[in-house]
Amino acid sequence: MDWSILLDKTILIVIIFVISLAIAAYSTYGERKVAAFLQDRIGPDRAGPFGLLQPLADGLKFFLKEEIIPTASDKFLFIIGPCIFMMTALMTSAIIPWGMPLHFGSHVFSLQVADLNVGILYLLAVVSIGGYGIMIGGWSSNNKFALLGALRASSQMISYELSMGMAIIALLLLSQSLSIREIVDMQQGFHWNVFYQPVGFLIFLICAFAECNRAPFDLPESESELVGGYHTEYSSMKLGLFLFAEYINMFISSAIISCLFFGGYHFPGIDSLGLSPNWAAIVSIIVLFAKIFFFIFFFMWVRWTVPRFRYDQLMRLGWKILIPLSILNVLATGAWLTFFK
Amino acid sequence: MSQLIFFILSAMTIASALVVVFSKHPMYSVLSLVVCFFTIAGHYILLNAQFLAITHIIVYAGAIMVLFLFVVMLLNLNRESEPHKPGKMKFAATISAGMLFLILIAAMKSTTMETFSFPPPSTNGMIQHVGQRLFTDYLLPFEISSILFLSAMIGAVVLAKKEKH
Repeated sequence: MDWSILLDKTILIVIIFVISLAIAAYSTYGERKVAAFLQDRIGPDRAGPFGLLQPLADGLKFFLKEEIIPTASDKFLFIIGPCIFMMTALMTSAIIPWGMPLHFGSHVFSLQVADLNVGILYLLAVVSIGGYGIMIGGWSSNNKFALLGALRASSQMISYELSMGMAIIALLLLSQSLSIREIVDMQQGFHWNVFYQPVGFLIFLICAFAECNRAPFDLPESESELVGGYHTEYSSMKLGLFLFAEYINMFISSAIISCLFFGGYHFPGIDSLGLSPNWAAIVSIIVLFAKIFFFIFFFMWVRWTVPRFRYDQLMRLGWKILIPLSILNVLATGAWLTFFK
Repeated sequence: MSQLIFFILSAMTIASALVVVFSKHPMYSVLSLVVCFFTIAGHYILLNAQFLAITHIIVYAGAIMVLFLFVVMLLNLNRESEPHKPGKMKFAATISAGMLFLILIAAMKSTTMETFSFPPPSTNGMIQHVGQRLFTDYLLPFEISSILFLSAMIGAVVLAKKEKH
């Protein structure tokens, strides 16, 4: 076992963990500010300058709230539910290449925790087990609304996973590789996959919204009909974990959308700047995060623009529109690659 | 190192499989079966079959077990509402399990314990390899099984379709 690799990876994992939590915390602030902007309000402005300390105040509040575990609930599963949800939200960050490698003398510090040769499949696997946290939490609450929310969440996730996988298959036909770093490096220059796979990108984006349970697909927790959905019975930091994990999911899916379809850490003209490798690496990290922040903003923009779907509309969109469309997209991509390339 | 991981994984696999059988509550059975699938996927990774490991998780833990969980949640099975099996059935179950045990002992009597050795790492489980083999040597079985799946899917759709009166 090479100890320097272990040390490198540990440092990187801790940094990514802290950044994910920080971005999730400030996404809540961003969400409220964006909502306020779209609704012509001011938004949080009391805690600190421009309300910047609001996430800290919210976090502190979560920790200090009374912890309520319903007596009729299954205590073990009730506690482990939000933990599993948080864990699966964080797991996907392992395969994202955050930038070009850094060079310290002869030592190369790769900014990716694991360059799996089945990276995309790992992504699909983690997405597919992402529903367990919600299902376990919703079921163990022993509450009708929570159970309904959990059932909605799991059926929604199963339905949209299919078209998500199909959209990725069309992308894989182009890239000929399942490693995310190779997919990102293939888009160097301005060969972003979104220009070659516009339909695939659209399907993937819609599915990402559905998998994150974000509006307009936030039926599992639709407050107007299910009180709070799967987290109705949760209080204190366990509720905090559910809400936090949703923002981490949003952050990670923005990162994955940027990597798969928008060139990841590449941007046109990075080679012509003539930067030294380390400076290029730093610029590449900033470029990736700029793309990620744009998509996080996009997630919020859609939430405060589009109203929630009805449940039958959600299912019809998933099964009758997105899946046939994504299969056609795979066929069209295959035909194009066979006859024109 | 990998031997240590192997033993830990094996212990976890056996323990979770036992929980599946012995757990009184169907919810815990389903969840420990999920844990069991994860540990088996770990064994695949130890054998350098990453593709198999990940598809195992996607198909079993991600799709099939979610449906199981779905059914358990919808039926809302409790210890109280579980039907108690009649004595005759218990008797038959004990007899048949005892006979199976006898057969197992008879089969294992003549086996010898071999020293445990780890197989050398091979690239057979890598996705490039699997894909190439599937689409050259095993193309016909692959296509036939995919047609089988397709017909199963169509069958399910036909069965689920409402009859028009």
